[in-house]
Amino acid sequence: MSITRDEVAHLARLSRLALSDEELDHLAPQLNQIISAVAQVQEVAAEGIPPTSHATGLANVFRDDEPVPCLTPEQALSGAPAVEMQRFKVPRILVEEG
Amino acid sequence: MTTVSVTYEEALTRYEPVFGLETHVELGTRTKMFCGCLTTFGGEPNSQVCPVCLGLPGSLPVMNRIAIEYTIKIGLALNCSIASWCRFARKNYFYPDMPKNFQISQYDEPLCLDGYLDVSVNGQTVRVGIERVHLEEDTGKSLHIGGATGRIQGAEYSLVDYNRAGIPLVEIVTKPVPGTGSLAPEVARAYVTELRDVLRSLGVSDVRMEEGSLRCDVNTSLSPLGSGAWGTRTETKNVNSLRSVERAVHSEIERQAAVLDEGGRVIQETRHFHEESGETTSGRSKEEAQDYRYFPEPDLVPVAPDAAWVDAIRTSLPELPSARRARLIAAWSLSDLEFESMRNGGALDVVEATVVAGASPRDAQKWWMGELARRANDSGVEVSALPITPADVARVSALVSAGTLNDRLAREVLDGVLAGEGTPDQVVEKRGLAVVSDDSALLAAIDEAITANPEVAEKVRSGKVAASGVIVGAVVRATRGQADAARVRELVLERLS
Repeated sequence: MSITRDEVAHLARLSRLALSDEELDHLAPQLNQIISAVAQVQEVAAEGIPPTSHATGLANVFRDDEPVPCLTPEQALSGAPAVEMQRFKVPRILVEEG
Repeated sequence: MTTVSVTYEEALTRYEPVFGLETHVELGTRTKMFCGCLTTFGGEPNSQVCPVCLGLPGSLPVMNRIAIEYTIKIGLALNCSIASWCRFARKNYFYPDMPKNFQISQYDEPLCLDGYLDVSVNGQTVRVGIERVHLEEDTGKSLHIGGATGRIQGAEYSLVDYNRAGIPLVEIVTKPVPGTGSLAPEVARAYVTELRDVLRSLGVSDVRMEEGSLRCDVNTSLSPLGSGAWGTRTETKNVNSLRSVERAVHSEIERQAAVLDEGGRVIQETRHFHEESGETTSGRSKEEAQDYRYFPEPDLVPVAPDAAWVDAIRTSLPELPSARRARLIAAWSLSDLEFESMRNGGALDVVEATVVAGASPRDAQKWWMGELARRANDSGVEVSALPITPADVARVSALVSAGTLNDRLAREVLDGVLAGEGTPDQVVEKRGLAVVSDDSALLAAIDEAITANPEVAEKVRSGKVAASGVIVGAVVRATRGQADAARVRELVLERLS
């Protein structure tokens, strides 16, 4: 299993990560290595053993229904690339339908 | 596009409708599902957000115990079995209403499974199967800017407020409901009505459809009558009033029948409901449905409600609307129709409280569903919002039973109470409204009336009892309505015997 440089560029775009050509050259092979390493797990995984989703064995970790202070709108919006009417401004969501 | 049009009645002569509903309910917890931000409706944009519900790096969600409890409550009320172990899942999608790019939901391990809700339409009971009840988080609210319609299509950009993002949201999914024929739209509406009443009685949500705390998606399909097979279904979104639920099923039956009559095929798609026209238009096609790449949420541990917890919740369940219905119908000897009209008129609680305060069920109904319903209607409020208490109404009813008031005077007392003049007794006192039951006072008025009508008096004496009405009427007028007509008649007949 391997992932191409083009696929990494596509993923970066979907994730809104601006990667330069140099960064892509550097990161694409690394991501490939990570995927190969994870793929080894599949060789070990035995038939009939359910996939593990949680390693701790804990269940029922809850919080009480008590309010805690939230951010101010200014703080909340401070990292947004664009703001209008105290809301996060996002690019057009749907492309024009034909 | 179809060219033929088919009336509803025609459609039902050839096709069998099947419907199903997915209902989303915002839970009434104080704080969000996975963080301690407030859930209050109508706050300033982005004033109820924190790193968790904004999906900022490094933040971790923790489950709200009350939200889990409320969901189990709903499951039990809907006769579901409660999972002994289940997990949340990530539903991945690229859409800015969730800043994390995924929504925490439940996938193949819902908290509650396989139940039912009985609903009643025209005195007939239909059992609606419940497929599942699961818990997820609500999304943010988007404003679409540019374009003519304010809709997402044609918008140049969008503005997002994340106050709603992360509010616990329960999704209740029915099984497909076949076999209701032409009643399908009404049964769909009755289901949502009953579900709303159940949720309200549980106290888990304010179930305000107009504020979006209860929202419905309606699935509809048609198959040729008697074919036994089920047709392709469409999913109608944005159906946000009880009336719209009924209209959406109705209009989809007509539309799909026209498509099928032409030899066309119904496309499995999402459709949008338009309040103004009552019709649906095509949205995105389900055939190109996205892959949400569900996987177990690694940041949350599983939920494993033990039997003791579930039993404790079961014990805490209040009387459910169906049980209350059965109890009141039996105890008050009501017809289905009488019960429905009281429930639909929002008068059940006040009538029951009036009975508890000592009135007979008949009297309590008579005042609330008659005189008071009229007043409420005139002033455009719910009958329960009138400035009069069930105890007041019970007192008026008691005064009538005791003969202190007749119906006409009782209405005046209600006027006084509604006008803020005090309790029924205070109004009787202030306005001097008590029936004149003192026989000596009445006899004086009767003698006067007999003297004034000698010919009538003669007729009565000679046995024409019916003629006494003239004298009784004169007495009632003379006492300005405060005389009890039945008692006056007795006294008149005695006097003239």
